[in-house]
Amino acid sequence: MPKTLTQKILQKHSNDIVERDGQIVQCRVSLVLANDITAPLAIKSFHGMNAKRVFDKDKIALIMDHFTPQKDIDSANQVKTARAFAKEQNITHYYEGGACGVEHTFLPEQGLVGPGDLVVGADSHTCTYGALGAFATGMGSTDIAAAMALGETWFKVPPAIRVDYTGTMPRWLRSKDLILMLISAVGVDGALYKALEFGGPVIDRLPVEGRLTMANMAIEAGGKAGLFPVDELTRAYCAEHGRSGIDVSLTADKNAPYDQVVAIDVTGREPVVACPHLPSNVKPVSEVKNTHIQQVIIGSCTNGRISDMRDAAELLRGRKVDKNVRCIVLPSTPTVWKQCLREGLIEIFMDAGCIVGPCTCGPCLGGHMGILGDNERAVSTTNRNFKGRMGSLSSEVYLAGPVVAAASAVAGCVAGPEQIGA
Amino acid sequence: MNYKGTAHTVGDHIDTDAIIPARYLVTTDEKILGVKCMSGLAPDWVKRVRKGDILVGGRNFGCGSSREHAPIAILGAGMPVVIAHSFARIFYRNAFNMGLLLMEAGDEANKIQEGDELEIIPEEGRVRDITRGLEIVCPPLPASMSGILAAGGLVGYVKERLQKS
Repeated sequence: MPKTLTQKILQKHSNDIVERDGQIVQCRVSLVLANDITAPLAIKSFHGMNAKRVFDKDKIALIMDHFTPQKDIDSANQVKTARAFAKEQNITHYYEGGACGVEHTFLPEQGLVGPGDLVVGADSHTCTYGALGAFATGMGSTDIAAAMALGETWFKVPPAIRVDYTGTMPRWLRSKDLILMLISAVGVDGALYKALEFGGPVIDRLPVEGRLTMANMAIEAGGKAGLFPVDELTRAYCAEHGRSGIDVSLTADKNAPYDQVVAIDVTGREPVVACPHLPSNVKPVSEVKNTHIQQVIIGSCTNGRISDMRDAAELLRGRKVDKNVRCIVLPSTPTVWKQCLREGLIEIFMDAGCIVGPCTCGPCLGGHMGILGDNERAVSTTNRNFKGRMGSLSSEVYLAGPVVAAASAVAGCVAGPEQIGA
Repeated sequence: MNYKGTAHTVGDHIDTDAIIPARYLVTTDEKILGVKCMSGLAPDWVKRVRKGDILVGGRNFGCGSSREHAPIAILGAGMPVVIAHSFARIFYRNAFNMGLLLMEAGDEANKIQEGDELEIIPEEGRVRDITRGLEIVCPPLPASMSGILAAGGLVGYVKERLQKS
């Protein structure tokens, strides 16, 4: 019987026979993830369960990235809790300080996640690893504690939605635009209790970094996971990041039983923004241009990779950030930061008047390092624009890719590249 | 155990930032989080809640972050049950793991209005709106959820499993 990619990966990790969507199956996990906000709660639950040892010290990743560099006493104490636990359990993959980056950029970069893996993380954007053909999904801290203790957890096999991207990519269109178009088409609960499986000729040519951006936002359509087939591009990315022996045949079967098929033709489309206060409130940038802003954020697990930095630098080179705007650039891992330095991008950002900061989730969740005041507006390459997400309840966030974010920083208002003459 | 309380309606797509904004995620204390429950919707929202009251959402309740602090905040504010049209999936798991009962009522959830007196009969999946003389029947809980609830949440469930092994 033909199978979706979702069904195939779950089967790989289960002794139960995966026969139909909606079935509850018990699966072994490849990696369990938590961060500085969710790990302390997971540790509390772990102890509450009377668990003594984690199931495998090499299969747990604790990444201190949200309130770090530690913004106050309480957040420093949360990191202390995670650090002590990592030491006590002899956990191999514990990262903080200068060795650490934003979790969902960092783990693929370190080769810690890969095709066919089953990853659970106490962070909703764990779905990012679907870009590499992993079944990866977010859970809460107590579910993660159970997975740390048992090495397995239960899943309801989600029905899958197939999304096909066709046509020719215009000059300034990027993966962020592709995923925002989908969220706009299906709505923020369009994939509720379901998995998204991406494909089509546009995806076949899309570099893995762009796929990571798209899989990252599967949760913004309510999806449990966002999966890409494993192909030659995946194999090359994995090889570059220390993972070999990749099976490039890990794809959905022809005639797989999809719940729904969505087709998006990108020909002639312009970059988009998601207007406040939902990621589905998507409009072409030209419809919202001239909306004044006070802040731009370029970074996060969605768009903080080197390709994003290059896009931003292309538009900021030789230009100045508008004097009424603070433009904050946060390369998302030390590797990305150093590559920016090597390519002269940091100098471009600073010459343009940007604030270049550390590898942190910081402002994305309204944590620190770029909080919005009353009635302030931001264009941000992050993944959520919920009311009050980045600060004051009266502030507003427009989501966009780095191209639009950088152009908007220069223009002082929401703008596409042509508005700044690019 | 049945529950009786006053309904507080909050509408569609209530996200975890609305339930508990990120700046309060520097603690896991139920009491502290409870005082800030729904402060992302309105700063003083929680002041209208009395112990035992019932939260009523629309579509996609609990969307957004995986923060378990969200169901903890709702429990901390004294609300033992959430009724909604539908729930975001991470929130759904988290709520049961924490011992917060969810009732998925579909379109019927929209009939409940602010201030209505409700009675919940969990075993039968029934919600009675006493004010409106209305009865809503929700789909039965999956067996896996009942197992977790029977053990008093996921911590108790895993504790039992580890003891057996």
